[in-house]
Amino acid sequence: MTRTYFGFIVEKKLMPSPWMVALVPAASLLLALLTGAVFFYLTGRDPVELYSRMWQGVFGSHYGLSETVVKAIPLALAGLGLALAFRMQLWNIGGEGQLYMGAWGATWVALTFAGQPAWLLLPGMCLAGLACGGLWALVPAVPRALWKTNEIITTLMLNYVAILWVDYFVYGPWRDPQGFNFPLTAQFTEGAWLPTLGDSRIHAGLLAAVLLAVAFYYLIYRTRWGFEIRVIGESESTARYAGINVRQNILLVLFISGAICGLAGMVEVSGIVHRLQPGFSPGYGYTAIIVAWLAKLNPLAILPVAFFLGALQVGGYAVQTSGIPSTMVNMLTGALLFFVLGGEILLKYRIRRPERQEQGVEAA
Amino acid sequence: MEYLVEMKGITKRFPRVFANDRVDFNVRPGEIHALLGENGSGKSTLMSILAGLYRPDDGQIIYKGRPVSFRSPRDAIRAGIGMVHQHFKLVETFTVAENIILGDRNISFVLRPAAKERELTELSARFGLAINPGAYVWQLSVGERQRVEIVKMLYRGCQLLILDEPTAVLTPQESAELFANLRRMADDGRGVVMITHKLSEVMAVADRVTVLRGGRAVAAMTRGSFSERELATAMVGREVTQESRRQGSAEGRTVLEMRDVYALNDVGRWGLEGVSLAIRSGEILGVAGVAGNGQRELAEVITGLRPVQRGRIFLEGQDVTNLGPQALIDRGISHIPEDRLGTGLAPGMNAIDNILLKDYRKAKGRAGLIDYKAARSRTQKLVQAFDVRLAGLRAPVKLLSGGNLQKLLLARELSAEPRLIVAAYPARGLDIAAAEAVSRFLLQERRRGTAILLISEDLDEIFALSDRIIVLSGGRVMGEPLRTETATREQVGLLMMGAGGEAKAV
Repeated sequence: MTRTYFGFIVEKKLMPSPWMVALVPAASLLLALLTGAVFFYLTGRDPVELYSRMWQGVFGSHYGLSETVVKAIPLALAGLGLALAFRMQLWNIGGEGQLYMGAWGATWVALTFAGQPAWLLLPGMCLAGLACGGLWALVPAVPRALWKTNEIITTLMLNYVAILWVDYFVYGPWRDPQGFNFPLTAQFTEGAWLPTLGDSRIHAGLLAAVLLAVAFYYLIYRTRWGFEIRVIGESESTARYAGINVRQNILLVLFISGAICGLAGMVEVSGIVHRLQPGFSPGYGYTAIIVAWLAKLNPLAILPVAFFLGALQVGGYAVQTSGIPSTMVNMLTGALLFFVLGGEILLKYRIRRPERQEQGVEAA
Repeated sequence: MEYLVEMKGITKRFPRVFANDRVDFNVRPGEIHALLGENGSGKSTLMSILAGLYRPDDGQIIYKGRPVSFRSPRDAIRAGIGMVHQHFKLVETFTVAENIILGDRNISFVLRPAAKERELTELSARFGLAINPGAYVWQLSVGERQRVEIVKMLYRGCQLLILDEPTAVLTPQESAELFANLRRMADDGRGVVMITHKLSEVMAVADRVTVLRGGRAVAAMTRGSFSERELATAMVGREVTQESRRQGSAEGRTVLEMRDVYALNDVGRWGLEGVSLAIRSGEILGVAGVAGNGQRELAEVITGLRPVQRGRIFLEGQDVTNLGPQALIDRGISHIPEDRLGTGLAPGMNAIDNILLKDYRKAKGRAGLIDYKAARSRTQKLVQAFDVRLAGLRAPVKLLSGGNLQKLLLARELSAEPRLIVAAYPARGLDIAAAEAVSRFLLQERRRGTAILLISEDLDEIFALSDRIIVLSGGRVMGEPLRTETATREQVGLLMMGAGGEAKAV
């Protein structure tokens, strides 16, 4: 289909050139940073200095780097979970809620079996985190599989339910009696802490993220089940025609997607916070949606993308002292997503000036 | 004024192809002009340019002696050029009259339906187009809907009427009626353009014919100066040899038997009402009829994609009713679905994955992973054997042309060595060479002893390939199966219209 906009001709391209595939994301990143720069400039700050301080905050110290990895771990895990569902065109926007429920399940194990050794507690917390996240995702999965309910709405709404559910426990039954009335659970006993790398805050969740990324890569591209997921994602009608059980796969994939998000919540409370508290996630489950998209649902690409978005967040914290709220990072992330999705058009379409003879026709 | 419209040197490029390459085309008032060509020859593009849907990259359109440049279909209609598309553009929940005045700017703010309906009745009666302006569109048959589209164009004062493959959805009798109507419009001084790829239609109605091939106008002839044979040669670009007829084959045991099968359609009404049929090995059973009369339901019920509500289906004597698609694939039922790209293939996946689509469960290699090496070499062999032209084994198949898509699909379905093939419209939309290939592959399967159910709207195809013919109308099998040797088109046409009525729309 060819269309003309403002004197330019826009045509569909059959295959994106490999050049553009590399160039477009890089240009998108640059444009996002430029947009941010304009904004900073207009609010009276020096964008060059801000960006260099962000860079310093992330790469200038071991602490900055390790904090970036710390932020990247839940982003990568939740991103992997969501990407699996997105691959099947199941729009699981409920990563945040599944993460909260996973953290809740892990906390239940940590509090109920407090004082038990790590070899008992950690696997138990993992299982509880996976199960709670998975079951929470199964709630919207069942009506989706049976009656094609729109899962975007249901998974999103359940986020609020999950967050309030956790709030109820930390403000109520699980509140630490010695906590000076703060809405926190008691700190976990050390058996419930994930081992860390040296004396940094980087914890074993990193290993889980890397292993899962590789496993998911093989799962999707090399296994029979991954084949089914890809076919369903292409066309449900084709999948049914090929004898694939679509309903069963919707349930299974959403369960696993939620379970991995739940695991992200588990590693966050077990590896970093060591207790459950309200707002322990700065929207990891939402940012993970962006991670999955920027990585184009490729499990291996999710790791670097998660690191990059983690770095943006840490960089945001670093510039807080100059009076810029760290939430400006959300703006940068948004601009990034905007330009990357916009750049897709350049991959799929060719935009050119009409040649002279074509202009001649218009004049006729 | 000799010509009503004259198109000179029209060129239209799409990425990778010249859809039209310096095409000259003209229409005189009072004539029916056939635009003949295979699929992809650029007929529809050329007429879409005339109707204002596309703008040409080069060339000139002269209408009633003045150069024109249409920016939209609205411009074209205002000038008096209207096109009836293959897919009707009607609002189902509106009445016929409402649909016709839709988009008419000269209508008063307060609608006066009764007066309009009278006007429309008079207008349509003048050309013998029987329509009921008060009826809702969803109540109408396909043929009636087409008449509504035509009246709509006449109501808007079109001097030039373009019809895109108008007979594709009609029974032979309805087509004859349409041709009579078109003749009346031409006699009224209007110009009529009929896009078609059927030679018989050109012979039946056209005063003149322009033949397109590969985007170029290769011939323009006047009635009396062309024969069906010449047209075919011009259209294809070489002598067309008659497809080798079916040779006798040992028809053997019954492969598929359906007994009094009922199934629902997508809106929950009966799509099949008591269908019984049997196909033997080495036999092609043709199912004629207008699409939407239970054809899709029939194919889906046999392949397990749609549940049977009542009745039973037997495959080689075994009851396979409601077994589900996977079990039926494993029992040797192949399916060439009507929606090739959206159902028969996974559009974004490559040829290897698409060949694997049905037997990936068996493609186990090391550690239970799919053995892509074996799959790759198998794909290569099949692509060669079935002459599929690929951009590459790893390119998404949605980039392939219709003919190559169908050959890839056939390669997968036939290489499974099926006992039964359900083929729905296997040649629809294909160019002559690809359609020939499809026929050849199906006949080859028939010789191998496979039972084949061939669903098609194209009577030429049905008569050329089938051993026996049944007609499906309103979800029922009409009359008894006809033996192809003794059956006539008129017989089939009468059955298509059901018990005296017209073929029903979906």
